[in-house]
Amino acid sequence: MSDETYPSYDLLDVLCPMHAVLNASGHVLHAGPTLQKVFAGKPLIGERFLEIAELRRPHVAETMAGLRGCHGARLHLRLRDGVRTGMKGVLIALPQVAASLGPPGGAIINLSFGISVVDAVRDFGLNAGDFPATDLTIEMLYLIEAKSAAMEASRKLNLRLQGARIAAEEQAYTDTLTGLKNRRAMDHVLERLMQTEQDFALMHLDLDYFKQVNDTLGHAAGDQVLQNVARRILAQTRADDLVARTGGDEFVLILAGVTARARLSEIATRLILCLEEPVMYNGQECRVSGSIGATLSCAYETPDLARMMEDSDLALYAAKARGRACHVLYDPALRADPPLHGTD
Amino acid sequence: MHGLVNRAIERFVRDTYGRDVWLETIRRLDLGYTEFEAMMTYEPQVTKEVLAALATRLGKDLPDLFEDIGTYMISHPDIEAPRRLLRFGGVDFVDFLHSLDDLAERARLAVFDLDLPTLELRDHGEGSYSLTVGLCEHHDLRLGRVVMGVLRAMADDYGALVFLEYKGESAGREVILIRLLETAFASGRSFELGAGGLTG
Repeated sequence: MSDETYPSYDLLDVLCPMHAVLNASGHVLHAGPTLQKVFAGKPLIGERFLEIAELRRPHVAETMAGLRGCHGARLHLRLRDGVRTGMKGVLIALPQVAASLGPPGGAIINLSFGISVVDAVRDFGLNAGDFPATDLTIEMLYLIEAKSAAMEASRKLNLRLQGARIAAEEQAYTDTLTGLKNRRAMDHVLERLMQTEQDFALMHLDLDYFKQVNDTLGHAAGDQVLQNVARRILAQTRADDLVARTGGDEFVLILAGVTARARLSEIATRLILCLEEPVMYNGQECRVSGSIGATLSCAYETPDLARMMEDSDLALYAAKARGRACHVLYDPALRADPPLHGTD
Repeated sequence: MHGLVNRAIERFVRDTYGRDVWLETIRRLDLGYTEFEAMMTYEPQVTKEVLAALATRLGKDLPDLFEDIGTYMISHPDIEAPRRLLRFGGVDFVDFLHSLDDLAERARLAVFDLDLPTLELRDHGEGSYSLTVGLCEHHDLRLGRVVMGVLRAMADDYGALVFLEYKGESAGREVILIRLLETAFASGRSFELGAGGLTG
């Protein structure tokens, strides 16, 4: 049976350019222009339909009788092509007696790409003319593209906002004068160390003679001393350690993993030495030193933050009482014989 | 004003005249920022100030500046989205012209608060059209000259030869005369439906 017998295919070509007419044996007799484009270069006309497409739902016998049994139902198909394009379809079983619509005992099946349309349009190089004038595919592609562009702009905004948030957080943890961490950052780190039960040394460091620098050479000189001191302390510590400026000339150091008194003592000695190197300001020598009090988390049965802060502070006062520019490690004996306060 | 509009102006200046010209102009306005966010909303006054400052800095009339911005949005290779989205309007330039009637609606589907002027095309026959550009809802900036630039670039894109004439404004509407001399004058740029999509 030839195409010319059924002039209505012209109509179908316009209304349903993705249709196929099957003869009684289930072979493709005619295909709409878009379906032909999809199969460009691959056999279509004269092929058995179920050999070029797989009927995934409903499950029926893979025969023409099975297909005809799906009359009017929603079909889910997959092309047996390289990319296995998913398709939706509906099939009309033609009457067994001669009919004007198509071959007796045959079928007309109309196909659409369904949700795989974006890939299909790209894979098969389809354009607006390949879809029926009433079809919403072009509008859908437009929307997908427009929404994707808008979404991309939103995504970029989100990324920038996140970057700004991180920068703000970073700033909120930083002492702006020295670039060291601040008290907030220190609290945060101490809490984490306690939670994870890691050993550390806690050190209080006060600058000595800093007030004299401020009073005689002015605040600008004082600021320069602080910045210099900060750099020197950082140079003496490791990347894992935290150095915070907690007050005007007060610093707290958290030395992760330090458990030996001898090692702590050595670090403190080194720190004081490096602080005593004079700082030049407008040709003037500014000399400061430091007093250090420190304690070790491993010295406690169950380390308690408040207790450790207090002990380290107590040790600092002991160091100041011993004539400054020295360090004292906390010892319970300090409590029995507390040094006089108010000497600084 | 929608950030997309301000962002388009910014990208136009940066891509055409360089970053320094942009920064110099925007800093002088002392807005407290130097970049517009595409997905945020700004006071219409900001846009007006930026445009006025740019016209002064570049030594251009506002109408010329507007038209340049319109052309830039379509023809610059770095920003594909507007050109592609407009190309969805039709398979040829005539089809595209008729799709302009729906443009404001289409834009709203994509970005609901993007406030574009209403466009109305009239077909006078024999390749002669007039396009009426209305006002936007939330600001009184007249965008007819921008539309001129867009039309010019889209005609190039379709490979059509057109003559455009700005007929002036009255009662808040601007009229552009379009004479289509040839629909397939040059080959134009290609447009593949699936090229943008999810990855664009």
